[in-house]
Amino acid sequence: MQLDLLIEQFKKKDEKAFEALYNMYAKNIHGVIFNIVRDHDIAEEIMQDVFIKAWHKADTYTAAKGRFFTWILNIARNAAIDKTRSKSFKNKKQNLDAQFFVDILEHGDNLNDKTDAIGVGKFVSKLAKKCIEVIELLYFKGYTQKEASESLDMPIGTIKTRNRNCINELRAIVLN
Amino acid sequence: MDINNYINSGILELYVAGALSDEENKEVYDVMLKHPEVLNEVLQIEAAILKLTEATAPKDAILDFNPIANKISSQTDTDTKVVNMKAEKLRSSWLSVTGWAAAVILGAGLFWAIQQNSELQSKIKVAETDKEFLEQQIEIADTDLKEAKHLITILRDKDILAIPLGGQAVYPEAYAKVYWDKATNSMYLDAQGLPEPPEGKVYQVWSLTLNPLTPTSLGTLDDFMTDDNKIFAIENSNASEAFGITLEPAGGSESPTLEQLYTLGTVASVS
Repeated sequence: MQLDLLIEQFKKKDEKAFEALYNMYAKNIHGVIFNIVRDHDIAEEIMQDVFIKAWHKADTYTAAKGRFFTWILNIARNAAIDKTRSKSFKNKKQNLDAQFFVDILEHGDNLNDKTDAIGVGKFVSKLAKKCIEVIELLYFKGYTQKEASESLDMPIGTIKTRNRNCINELRAIVLN
Repeated sequence: MDINNYINSGILELYVAGALSDEENKEVYDVMLKHPEVLNEVLQIEAAILKLTEATAPKDAILDFNPIANKISSQTDTDTKVVNMKAEKLRSSWLSVTGWAAAVILGAGLFWAIQQNSELQSKIKVAETDKEFLEQQIEIADTDLKEAKHLITILRDKDILAIPLGGQAVYPEAYAKVYWDKATNSMYLDAQGLPEPPEGKVYQVWSLTLNPLTPTSLGTLDDFMTDDNKIFAIENSNASEAFGITLEPAGGSESPTLEQLYTLGTVASVS
């Protein structure tokens, strides 16, 4: 597979491969960071930090640790959450805890023309609040199962099955 | 390993989310190598998450690789220079040799401590998984118990009429039982003795008055297949003299199809 090859080259510090991977995932990572910090300039700044960090840590990635996207997603979420905890950020921003990714989707301006905006919008209008919560915590905020279970006050087993059902709904809408 | 169960457990969704421990990630990876359908499932999940996360990116953002390319190139240069300078100084200083030795010993100690720590971490993970499993079991048992208690209180209530409905020509083995509380107009139907309805068909419950024979629909048992205990709460404010259950096309019928009458029982015979 081409992706595996790119990752292999990236681990050997091949800049061309890195650029290809960047182009593949930049929007996704930017979306996740923006959802956490809700500030265009700060999000772009973190974007650079994240990919530079990924470059320096390139040799630590192995497929056995998880998907490459998940690996870089993890670096991004950590960097963005660290930023929100910094003093300068706290002074500037209101509390963002109550915001969900759906706010961005519902807010038409931010919808990307090239994405299936209609499909994703349809998804949001159909999604139950419980799905939005669980997807927000697990994918956008990087909670572990245990943290999500504590935050939503439900058993871990329920989180797992609920998330599976919610992702199935998402797949039915965005992948068809 | 049952691969379908494994896929349905939801572990792959957590794998893509990055919500699993290192050991669990390794396990999923191994299963994926052996079973292409698991890999395929992971790719599908990832594709859906990619669509969703992409849609949350601000549309006017400039995602230019050049600033990153510049930074990583310049940093690589400075890295090499620093290393060279250190190397030269080292040779000249005995003191720094001892310093390095101490650092190596410290490093080894640190490595040992980290090893110990990760061993403990993995033990904690195992205990946590066990706990999760038990939590789930307790939750299931708790819900079952509540349901059972509720049913007992209904059965024991002295004001409730119990009306057995016997099987009819179309399916003589069928049976059902109605528990009717006239005071509150509420009724429970125990339909465990009915066979599974065929595709596209649904059971419909009727309240009947006998002279003349007038059926009134009490609704259809739409969730018959998914209901575990097959006990249905039904509102009944009619002066029913008998109850019947017929098999009707999905959505129910205006009047009962008597050829498809499964069970029937009269109120008079018991009260």
